[in-house]
Amino acid sequence: MQTQPTRTRPESTPADGQHAGGVGESAARPDGTLKVTGEFAYASDLWHEDMLWAVTLRSPHAHARILAVDVGEALAHPGVQCVLTHDDLPSRTTVYGLEVADTPALAGDRVRYHGEPVALVAADHPETARSAAAKIRVEYEQLPVVHDESTALATDAPLLHPDRTDGHAAHVPHPNVVHRQPVVRGDAAAAAARADVVVTGEYEVGMQDQAFLGPESGLAVPAEDGGVELYVATQWLHADRRQIAPVLGLPEEKVRMVLSGVGGAFGGREDLSMQIHACLLALHTGRPVKMVYNREESFLGHVHRHPAVLHYEHGATADGRLTHLKCRIVLDGGAYTSSSPAVVGNAASLAAGPYEVENVDIEALALFTNNPPCGAMRGFGAVQACFAYEAQMDRLAAELGMDPVELRQRNALRQGGTMPTGQVVDSPAPVAELLGRVRERPLPPERRWDTGAGGAELRELPGGVGNTTHGEDVVRGVGYAVGIKNVGFSEGFDDYSTARVRLELVGGEPVATVHTAAAEVGQGGVTVQGQIARTELGVERVVLQPADTTVGSAGSTSASRQTYVTGGAVRNACTQVREHLLDAARRRYAATEPVWASAALQLHGGKVTTTEGRPLVGIAQLLAELHDEHPEFTVESEWRHRPTQPFDPATGQGFGHVQYSFAAHRAVVEVDTRLGLVKVVELACAQDVGKAVNPQAVLGQIHGGSTQGLGLALMEEILVGPEGTVRNPSFTDYLIPTVLDTPPMPVDVLELADDHAPYGLRGVGEAPTLSSTPAVLAAVRQATGRALRRTPLRPEHLLEV
Amino acid sequence: MEFLRPAGWEEALAAKAEHPDAVPLAGGTDIMVELNFGRRRPRTLLDLSAISELHAVERTPSAVRLGAAVPYTRIVEDLADVLPGLAMASRTVGSPQIRNRGSVGGNLGSASPAGDAHPALLAAGATVEAESVRGTRHIPVEEFYTGVKRNALAEDELIRAVRVRPAAGPQQFSKVGTRNAMTIAVCAFALALHPGSRTVRSGIGSAAPTPVRAPEAEEFLGRVLDEGGYWESGEPVPPLVAEEFASLCAAACDPIDDVRGSAAYRRHAVRVMAQRTWEWAWAGYRPGAARNDDEGGAACV
Repeated sequence: MQTQPTRTRPESTPADGQHAGGVGESAARPDGTLKVTGEFAYASDLWHEDMLWAVTLRSPHAHARILAVDVGEALAHPGVQCVLTHDDLPSRTTVYGLEVADTPALAGDRVRYHGEPVALVAADHPETARSAAAKIRVEYEQLPVVHDESTALATDAPLLHPDRTDGHAAHVPHPNVVHRQPVVRGDAAAAAARADVVVTGEYEVGMQDQAFLGPESGLAVPAEDGGVELYVATQWLHADRRQIAPVLGLPEEKVRMVLSGVGGAFGGREDLSMQIHACLLALHTGRPVKMVYNREESFLGHVHRHPAVLHYEHGATADGRLTHLKCRIVLDGGAYTSSSPAVVGNAASLAAGPYEVENVDIEALALFTNNPPCGAMRGFGAVQACFAYEAQMDRLAAELGMDPVELRQRNALRQGGTMPTGQVVDSPAPVAELLGRVRERPLPPERRWDTGAGGAELRELPGGVGNTTHGEDVVRGVGYAVGIKNVGFSEGFDDYSTARVRLELVGGEPVATVHTAAAEVGQGGVTVQGQIARTELGVERVVLQPADTTVGSAGSTSASRQTYVTGGAVRNACTQVREHLLDAARRRYAATEPVWASAALQLHGGKVTTTEGRPLVGIAQLLAELHDEHPEFTVESEWRHRPTQPFDPATGQGFGHVQYSFAAHRAVVEVDTRLGLVKVVELACAQDVGKAVNPQAVLGQIHGGSTQGLGLALMEEILVGPEGTVRNPSFTDYLIPTVLDTPPMPVDVLELADDHAPYGLRGVGEAPTLSSTPAVLAAVRQATGRALRRTPLRPEHLLEV
Repeated sequence: MEFLRPAGWEEALAAKAEHPDAVPLAGGTDIMVELNFGRRRPRTLLDLSAISELHAVERTPSAVRLGAAVPYTRIVEDLADVLPGLAMASRTVGSPQIRNRGSVGGNLGSASPAGDAHPALLAAGATVEAESVRGTRHIPVEEFYTGVKRNALAEDELIRAVRVRPAAGPQQFSKVGTRNAMTIAVCAFALALHPGSRTVRSGIGSAAPTPVRAPEAEEFLGRVLDEGGYWESGEPVPPLVAEEFASLCAAACDPIDDVRGSAAYRRHAVRVMAQRTWEWAWAGYRPGAARNDDEGGAACV
């Protein structure tokens, strides 16, 4: 597998005297060795003297009234310390939610999805708790299930939340619509009349799961002041606390949170899972309580990617200029709000893709149904839209007799271009160049599986070592796609992060200590924070304090935003520390050494230097000399990106997104056309990252995102039966790509600075997830000639069976 | 839960006789998953991992006697020359870690229609050596599968070994999964040519309530090869024969729709695999090259 990126700028190397491991270098992860040797402590490894283990009893039905709950037998089970139901909730607030508090901490008189928590059991041993939970008797009366658009929007449809009072309730067309966002610009109807060709299509995206490997886990420890400490794997400590405290009936300061080892997140840890439950049990029993979901429970216990049905109509003139776009995107939000409104905002505002279309009539909405709740997952509304608009581009090109890449390039968004929301794109948008780069790359050799003399290397063939073909009926196809993703929280959200940075002398060496609440979920935020501190403060040693709530909020580790926003906060705090240090130094030395007063100074390679590089004094010596007056230099401050605006509810117009990020893919596939099996031969990506703060981590994100998109193309889907029950909650039947499904992924990294962002960087985590899926589908369409309007593909879709 | 760990085979048989409901445990790749997910709570577990003879392989000119707990990895690495079909099937089992622990004996004990070893055992004509304190039974493998996840073992019996004749002709195994590795079969097909007895045997996995053979297909192909003198000539066989054979194999299926695939797809895929494996097998056939002239499938054990 190719791992070296082609880069538009040479990777920087430490300049003279500069300490290694600064911004722009592939600094090693501080947790890397522990993780690859299996020694890293994840949240599931938490342990406390005298702790109890707790389990959750979940609803087997997607929609039912709870008539009675009898916990008597469970309570009597030897070893059981506590059983809690909705009636035991201590506060008037019994619901929580990321955007709208509508999710019961424990179900009251009604369950709305398969797997909804109904009761909790804490016991001396997890097996004891599980056995006892099986003895809880819940009497259900099943209710009709709302499972798709027609059942949700029927005039007599059961209402998921009949008494909703959230901010979207007033403007939705039906109470089972969570949120609806139109984006209207120009006159799509009039433009349609001018189109030489019009293509329409209905597309469907299945329900993908984040499939993180570390299941939901945490440990709640009761505190002497009546509060609780919660050690947990999450994506945003402060948002968790804001939702947890009211249900516990505690002020936020009595809920103290510490991040534990997170085994992947991808959006699936934005919503709460076991947090409130463990805290409730710890407060009830006065003992530490640990919860770890098993795999099946994990599949039921977190939100998934919204499945979607997308109706698209594009028109173009004969020379391949887009005339208009009309589309309607229906997302299945499942039983509770979660982050559906923001997903709707993304789907609507990014529905046209990275293309300039003057006339658009876009509508996106999310439904309430009795399907599993859906919320955040890498790509967040942009993935579903990209699948549809990229399929449309290929069909339009076919109708026009044009090359599909050329058609895309002809309509590609550029810097200075206008989005359907009216937002002018004010930083580089190299959409056409990214497409050109993946196209110009040489194609991988044909018949790589052919070992000569009739032999075949099975691992290079569709079906792999399953030995299903030796080359019979194997056809190659090539497909292209490009996508656009917003970076950071949008629509007027006050998106900020907080960093506390201290510079002091430790054992004669200058040491920077960085403290943020940013969740390290595997993406490498801890590496990047250290790199920024080294670069800004010119020191070698950086200590990262554990993320917790004793420092201000860092915002969520999602929306590709942490390097931008927490990176920005760390840089901002470092800058202030540096200025405090230099000010103190100037006050001390300027009178005797004029250069201190006149020159612009910087911290570099362990020294204070002039900007021309002339060293004045070592940082260690300076800190020592200032020690009496300043034993340390500490700054804690918030940093926010420039503000965004909400979208107009009727027209969707507004400066909604702070930054966009772009990636393009070329997929080369080989398809066994008789068995319907697909082998992705190569998945090339080109992405603009603004500035690769850590080039190796950037590659990891692009490889990982591309692979997750490949999974959505070929195998990853949660199957929900008509009764709303999850049919494959296991890694036996929810398949994610193995290494034999993962092709070589050559990567082109562009670094075109966004002047609004720290170091010019662009959030990288999500964009590669978008275009990977439609590129694979496009390649399979080319190989088979089939329309393939749905993802993920199943072998049946490629055959007449 | 009672946990029994006999040190030797006789002790294991005695334990099984005393605790007929005891669930035998070897590699644990099925049982431990079921325990961890709370799907099964046997009162007694009978851990056979300390019994060294279950890990033994005995090779004679007429048979390979494969201890019930011999892991798939060893079959792939050491037995591909004599049991090529089973080795190909073993290579598709789970991950390297699973192949290091899982065994043919375990596959037979679980008797899942999706077990990867079954089609290859059916095609090769294997015999299951079942033993109890009452004695030993040699059960032809096609009589071993009695229902979905049910087998012919009496409640006091344990699987000691599987006997398979060394391949005297080409063998093939093919398995469709929805990804390229670490996948449970959507369906599978195995084929073995037995030049000594001038017969063809097949095995179909995940396309019926139990692993099954396709007797009509086997009979048809055997007759064509016999009457056409193909065993002697090794000449190419007309493509229509392959198509008819494949159709008869598809007709032998009784598949269901489930999360892994539709019934129609399974039937179709078995047809395609039957045709391809036959073509590969015949391309590898050399007249007179049979290493074991009295080779005759299950009947001769």
